[in-house]
Amino acid sequence: MSEMTNPDTSRRVPASQQAMSVPVPGNLDAIGATVGVNIDGVDVKVPLGTTILDAAKQAGIKIPTLCHHADLCVAGVCRICSVEVEGQRTLQASCSFPVTTPIKVKTHTQKVRQARRHILDLMLSEHCGDCYTCGRNGNCELQTLAKEYGVDSFRFGHVEKPVHEIDRSSYSVVRDNNKCILCRRCVRTCLDLQEVGTIEVLGRSHQSHIGTFLDKPLGDVVCINCGQCINRCPTGALRANDQTDEVWAAIEDPKKHVVIQTAPSPRAAIGECFGMEPGTAMTFELNTALKMAGFDQVFDTNFSADLTILEEGTELLLRLKQALLLREPGAVFPQFTSCSPGWIKYLEHFYPEYIPNLSTAKSPQQMFGAVIKTYYAEKQGIDPKDIVTVALMPCSAKKFECNRPEMADSGHKDVDFGLTTRELAKMISEAGIDLPRLPKSDFDSPFGTPSGSGVIFGATGGVMEAALRTVIELVVGVKVEDLFEHADIKPVRGFEGVRYVELAIPQVGPVPDLLKPLFPSWDFLKGATLKVAIAHGTANAKKVMEDIKAGGQFSKCHFIEFMGCPGGCLGGGGQPIPTTPEIRQARAKAIYAEDSAYEIRKSHENPDVLKIYTEFLTEGPCGHKSHKLLHTHYTPRGKYIE
Amino acid sequence: MSSIQTYTQATPEAGLKRALGMSRPDIIHEMNESGLKGRGGAGFPVGGKWNFAASAKSEKKYIICNADEGEPGTFKDRVVLQEHADLVFEGMTIAAKAVGSREGILFLRGEYTDLREHLEDTLQRRREQKLLGDNIQGSGVDFDIRVFIGAGAYICGEETALIECLEGNRGEPRNRPPYPVNTGFNGHPSVVNNVESLASAACIMGRGADWWKTMGTAKSTGMKLFSISGDCARPGVYEFDLGVTVADILKEVGGEGAKAVQVGGASGRCIPPSEYARSIAYEDIPTGGGSLIVFGQQRDMLDVLENFMDFFGDESCGQCTPCRVGNLKLLEGVKLLRAGKCSMSYLKELCALGETMQIASKCGLGQSSPNAFLSVVAHFRDEIMGRTYSQA
Repeated sequence: MSEMTNPDTSRRVPASQQAMSVPVPGNLDAIGATVGVNIDGVDVKVPLGTTILDAAKQAGIKIPTLCHHADLCVAGVCRICSVEVEGQRTLQASCSFPVTTPIKVKTHTQKVRQARRHILDLMLSEHCGDCYTCGRNGNCELQTLAKEYGVDSFRFGHVEKPVHEIDRSSYSVVRDNNKCILCRRCVRTCLDLQEVGTIEVLGRSHQSHIGTFLDKPLGDVVCINCGQCINRCPTGALRANDQTDEVWAAIEDPKKHVVIQTAPSPRAAIGECFGMEPGTAMTFELNTALKMAGFDQVFDTNFSADLTILEEGTELLLRLKQALLLREPGAVFPQFTSCSPGWIKYLEHFYPEYIPNLSTAKSPQQMFGAVIKTYYAEKQGIDPKDIVTVALMPCSAKKFECNRPEMADSGHKDVDFGLTTRELAKMISEAGIDLPRLPKSDFDSPFGTPSGSGVIFGATGGVMEAALRTVIELVVGVKVEDLFEHADIKPVRGFEGVRYVELAIPQVGPVPDLLKPLFPSWDFLKGATLKVAIAHGTANAKKVMEDIKAGGQFSKCHFIEFMGCPGGCLGGGGQPIPTTPEIRQARAKAIYAEDSAYEIRKSHENPDVLKIYTEFLTEGPCGHKSHKLLHTHYTPRGKYIE
Repeated sequence: MSSIQTYTQATPEAGLKRALGMSRPDIIHEMNESGLKGRGGAGFPVGGKWNFAASAKSEKKYIICNADEGEPGTFKDRVVLQEHADLVFEGMTIAAKAVGSREGILFLRGEYTDLREHLEDTLQRRREQKLLGDNIQGSGVDFDIRVFIGAGAYICGEETALIECLEGNRGEPRNRPPYPVNTGFNGHPSVVNNVESLASAACIMGRGADWWKTMGTAKSTGMKLFSISGDCARPGVYEFDLGVTVADILKEVGGEGAKAVQVGGASGRCIPPSEYARSIAYEDIPTGGGSLIVFGQQRDMLDVLENFMDFFGDESCGQCTPCRVGNLKLLEGVKLLRAGKCSMSYLKELCALGETMQIASKCGLGQSSPNAFLSVVAHFRDEIMGRTYSQA
């Protein structure tokens, strides 16, 4: 399945930010369906409407780009990709010029090289960047271009001192307009890819800058903290709020017991920060590295992902029982997943009236924090105030989530620090650890049993697949393998923006002991059809929410998985830069491969999870103690800021 | 009494009545025959534009009159709207018939809001006279026009930025292609014509292409309106046949002995006395929007240039790098020249930058904004380089 762009929503971005799209003919052998282009003497045939840039790629010719990004609509604003087209007086931006007639293109004439160098010089004249002190040193598109085009002086001057205040008001995203080159990728990300619209271009001409509503601090406006803008910034103008110093301080404090949990997505991506091919899982090498860096314990977020399935799944079954068995009004459907903090804040802002639909289950990150500061602390005999919980997440919104005031049910802050993949990569480099060459080691007990269902949480559809695996076995009473080969529930996988799946429950099995206090039998589900859906990226979430509002197909669903970021967590705003459709595919492959390799692939079979229900959460899923520690509430925020 | 003879002499609604009785291809053919080119500055053949829009397939098509006259030194459209609004609306209605449009929009420059009442009154009267509305003059053509007030950005005179503004977005030029004649307002084919183009089109339909071709040159047919200002005895709006020389115009307006003439507004070219014998025509000195700013001997060319560059520094939409930053660098360069601090080599660098802007900017603004800089440097080098070094 290929990733879906959203043709019907592309109008969110003004047409000035779009290039012509010509529908690609179905049959490329048809007369007139393709057109010949000659680029630097190389002849290629491309579908009508292909941009010069794509045609050049096909011809194996590299054209530099800056405002172009594979995930975004075309803007044609930076002009660095200018080329000469025979017969045209002016140079043409190859990213936005569709080929509709046979043309001859030259990509590196004197005119073109001079123009590109000028454009770079102009950008550099505005860019207050001291590369040494920049987080993007070595991974900056502007820096790379400056090198490629032999920039040896600031021809048109240089900004020596910052002129814009750095906006550090957000828990998640830091904005430094001093480094901004106005490529507007962040704006297109926010407006078009995510359909949130937090940041926009304000002002005109030389005064134009990227800003928020009335230029208020980012922490005060409608921002979902997804960090997708960070992932698409070519320079260091946008970055995640760096907390590595605080984490180092905790590690070095002998009184502190520092525990880290690692989520599956960063493990599938962190290798990219060390020069490895996208899609190389580093899960067990990372365990070794974290111990070397000084973390006391390394746990697997999969444990709390599995815990989430039992809590959130039980919540769903309770809602179904309320509706189908007790026939009580007030059972709210569809139930929405609550793992993605970007999605949660999106809903709180844009659809606050749907808060009752959200599962009350905390995200795996937060569940883990609460469990570590209670169950684990008790077990180890450590005062929870001396425990520092760190979470390695693919996500910038996790930084906001762990700072939510309600996330302290253990009596302490459940999770002290949420680190992005990029931050941890930096810590590892700083410690001189050569991650790719490390030996593998296991996770620590008592939360270290590898589990496949937890791993796939990292990909869009993963939470749903994990939930369905458990529902099929616990409710229907058959092995998942009997219905889906190798227990791979393929219909919920893939990158299509919105997916809808039905699962018939023709028969029911015996209720497992764990759930007996809540459900005497499953008879009320016999003959029912479970309708579920999956959406990733808030633009797709918006489509589903609008459909629900209008009483459409998705309003009839029982359970919907929403992820704030395109591709799910593996495409999160805390992941290595760049993130592109191909890189997301590669990371997904790594995640599903890890799932396949595990012996335990169903949440309800994770022995660590079953153990916590016998030793600690003795009332079972959704019991009193679970409710106190593992569930939460939400804040209707609305779209209007006071 | 209007200074625009051609428009004053036009028989009211003669062009419209004739067009209503003609087929679409015939109207377009007549326009093509006349050789009328866009009077806003770009000089694209009017008939060609109509033809593209006519052959585009769409449920809706729009005729948009570009009355966002923002080029410094240009004010002829204001006079046309004030004195010959009927002719403009007549031209729009003819275009509607030619293209198959039911809706017209007059995009009025924000600073021209005082014209609105007059225009609305004219539109209302035309509706009452059955010159607008359903079934115009019993011809079966339905067409009406509304007035849209711009928000005061120079860039909205660029047709795609104008359309963006109409749609409620930031006024910023689009990537071209696609062109408005295919994908314009709300995605529908749209003809965007300058005020004068439409008024002249109405005259051409009334009196025929052959009459129009008796004026002007073979490549630049017809008459053109000129906004004349600056150091001359009789500034105002003038009508000249295309091909007129700069010297002839200066004589007519009382600007003989001028040190320089800026043709085509701030984005046009600065012409030195040695070139006054040249003619204003598409094949020689491009008309631009048809403005001439006369600079007397006492003018400091750096003052002139700083004024222009300051304007572009403000009015660039800020979208593309060459225009957003380039104009600023040229402005800073002018200030360096004034202070006597601009080296020959940096001036050369700035001129090269200007040439890059001309070919690498996204739209006509950035492509033409360096013209003034480059032409002043070319023709008045001694004057601008001869400044005493100052600490300021």
